Amino acid sequence: MADQLATASQRGLRPALPLLLPAYLWLTVAIFLPLSAMVFFSFMTDLPLAGKEWAFTLGNYAAFFSQSLYSTLLFASLRLGLEVTLWCVVIGYPAAYVLAKVLKGRSREAIFLLVILPFWSNGLVRIFSWAMVLREGGILDTALNAVLPFKINIDLMYSYPAVIIGLVHSYVPYMVLTCYLTLQAIDDSLIEAGRSLGASRRQVLWRVIIPLSMPGLIAGSALIFVPVVGSFMEPRILGGRTGTFYGTVIEDQFVAVFNWPLGAALSFILLAVVLIILALAAPVLRRAG
Amino acid sequence: MRMPRLTAFLTATAVFVSAFTLAAQAAEEVHVLNWKGYGADEPWAVANFEKATGFKVVNDFFNSEQEMLTKIRTNPGLYDVVMINAAFNDQAMAGKLIQPIDVSKLSNYADVAKDKAGSPMLNHDGKVYGVPWVWGLTALAINEKSFDKPPTSIAEMWDPAHKGRVIIRDDAVEAVQFGALASGQNINDIKDMDAVKAKLTSLMPQIKTFWSSENDWNQMVASNQIDIGTYWSGSADRAKTHFKLPVSLVIPQEGSVAWLDAFSIPVGSKNVAGAEAFINYMIDPKFYVEWVTKVGAPVSANTKAVEALPEDAFNRKVMGSPEVAKRIQFQAPITDEQRERYLALWQELKVNVK
Repeated sequence: MADQLATASQRGLRPALPLLLPAYLWLTVAIFLPLSAMVFFSFMTDLPLAGKEWAFTLGNYAAFFSQSLYSTLLFASLRLGLEVTLWCVVIGYPAAYVLAKVLKGRSREAIFLLVILPFWSNGLVRIFSWAMVLREGGILDTALNAVLPFKINIDLMYSYPAVIIGLVHSYVPYMVLTCYLTLQAIDDSLIEAGRSLGASRRQVLWRVIIPLSMPGLIAGSALIFVPVVGSFMEPRILGGRTGTFYGTVIEDQFVAVFNWPLGAALSFILLAVVLIILALAAPVLRRAG
Repeated sequence: MRMPRLTAFLTATAVFVSAFTLAAQAAEEVHVLNWKGYGADEPWAVANFEKATGFKVVNDFFNSEQEMLTKIRTNPGLYDVVMINAAFNDQAMAGKLIQPIDVSKLSNYADVAKDKAGSPMLNHDGKVYGVPWVWGLTALAINEKSFDKPPTSIAEMWDPAHKGRVIIRDDAVEAVQFGALASGQNINDIKDMDAVKAKLTSLMPQIKTFWSSENDWNQMVASNQIDIGTYWSGSADRAKTHFKLPVSLVIPQEGSVAWLDAFSIPVGSKNVAGAEAFINYMIDPKFYVEWVTKVGAPVSANTKAVEALPEDAFNRKVMGSPEVAKRIQFQAPITDEQRERYLALWQELKVNVK
């Protein structure tokens, strides 16, 4: 019996190879190789271009620890990531619940389309349209003043809230989609059973629906948290003078001052910190899931 | 069996022929790297040049001097002409990015002002590495709607009345040199860095946002979101002439940072003759007068070109006046060590603003 299983799995690998090979070849060429080059760069004093002298160094990593600037920015970015993720849960989860459990048929399709719609437009276009809405004398300011009897002055542009609004807008569809998938998979009879056994609506939510949809919540949070911590486009355009984050400093190293080694080192420190956070959170999340 | 072989033969010939025509075309192209909307990409100018010489102009753009250096470093052989601020010419030459220019091929070179053409920033070992094109100022520009009469001092930027309506460029060197002016120092020899830091720290709460391109600045004025900010003299002229915005340039009594923009030919250029023709056209008085009238421009380095302007033109009357010449300080090259120090200071200021 055991022998049979072993041969079956051995036989299973060979036919699987042609199916696996393209994906892994692609990953090797497109992701692994450039990333290894970046790891290599991060230990160099300078780029070996135009016959420049270079040597190996740990200085780029040391720069992170010797200047409080970088850790301050990293904390600001981590906080930004947490806040954006939280808002995405608050906004996205109820929407996913309604899509999965309340709406049926045509109306579900229509609402679903509205959630996906932002994905079809270019990110930069979305951010610049936010700029038109948020600034003083912009769409939001004018509309509210036209309706309200008293004069208010709304100028959210170039502020921390503007960055949050822009990022939440960009990433909330991920949360809706992942939560929708897990919520839809919950058998309605479980909810009915809970109700018929005397649980209140709130108890059903906390004891049945949320625990069962936890994998979707976790997947959505990870999908949002990781890119937001490294985001640079939204803070730069919407944040104004408060828009300096860890991601924008990395971008500066690559684009503005041509210090690729330092930029690469800062990126890998970010990667390490994010991995540590996810590893620390894993046991808690697994228990919850 | 014969037919497919014939087809294959024909296809191969067609591929070869088109490859040759492509190569031939590439040799006739002049690839120009410059700021966007900065003279070299004006459609009428490109059309005139192409008609006169038969070369085809392909424009590419950068958003910062560092990006320009990155582009010529990482694309050797792609560009034929690159516009480099004279203060960066040293760095480009030391990095073996640009080659000496045979100025005898440029008929307009003799008319370039002697002090500009002879600038030690553009000449190394008796060879010319940059042809002076235009010069201008990083001064202040104001939104005319916010002022009854134009201010005269840099201190206006710190006036609480303009809180949240001031804009400066997101550039470490420019910011630090501006701080040096505001604290009464020489921009090329900053002795008291703490004074610069204190000045800029107190400026931060006044700032609305940072600009990085002309378009940013002009949009902020068009939507009436700013009162005053640092701006380039040519850009302010363009905002007024071309975009009809209520912008005017102020050269404060404390002085201004002056820069000299020059054209260079990158090492590995595939069309040096085309590059020379293009540079010669760019310093031609006819092109310059048209540029100033139609669009707005900084001051030409070619004395004949400036003389061709009407006598009351801003670029001739104000920028050419000895009184202004006394106040301005030309940017000198900056070492990597200085640049990193300026960047560290600038980043610290931007982080602490939160």
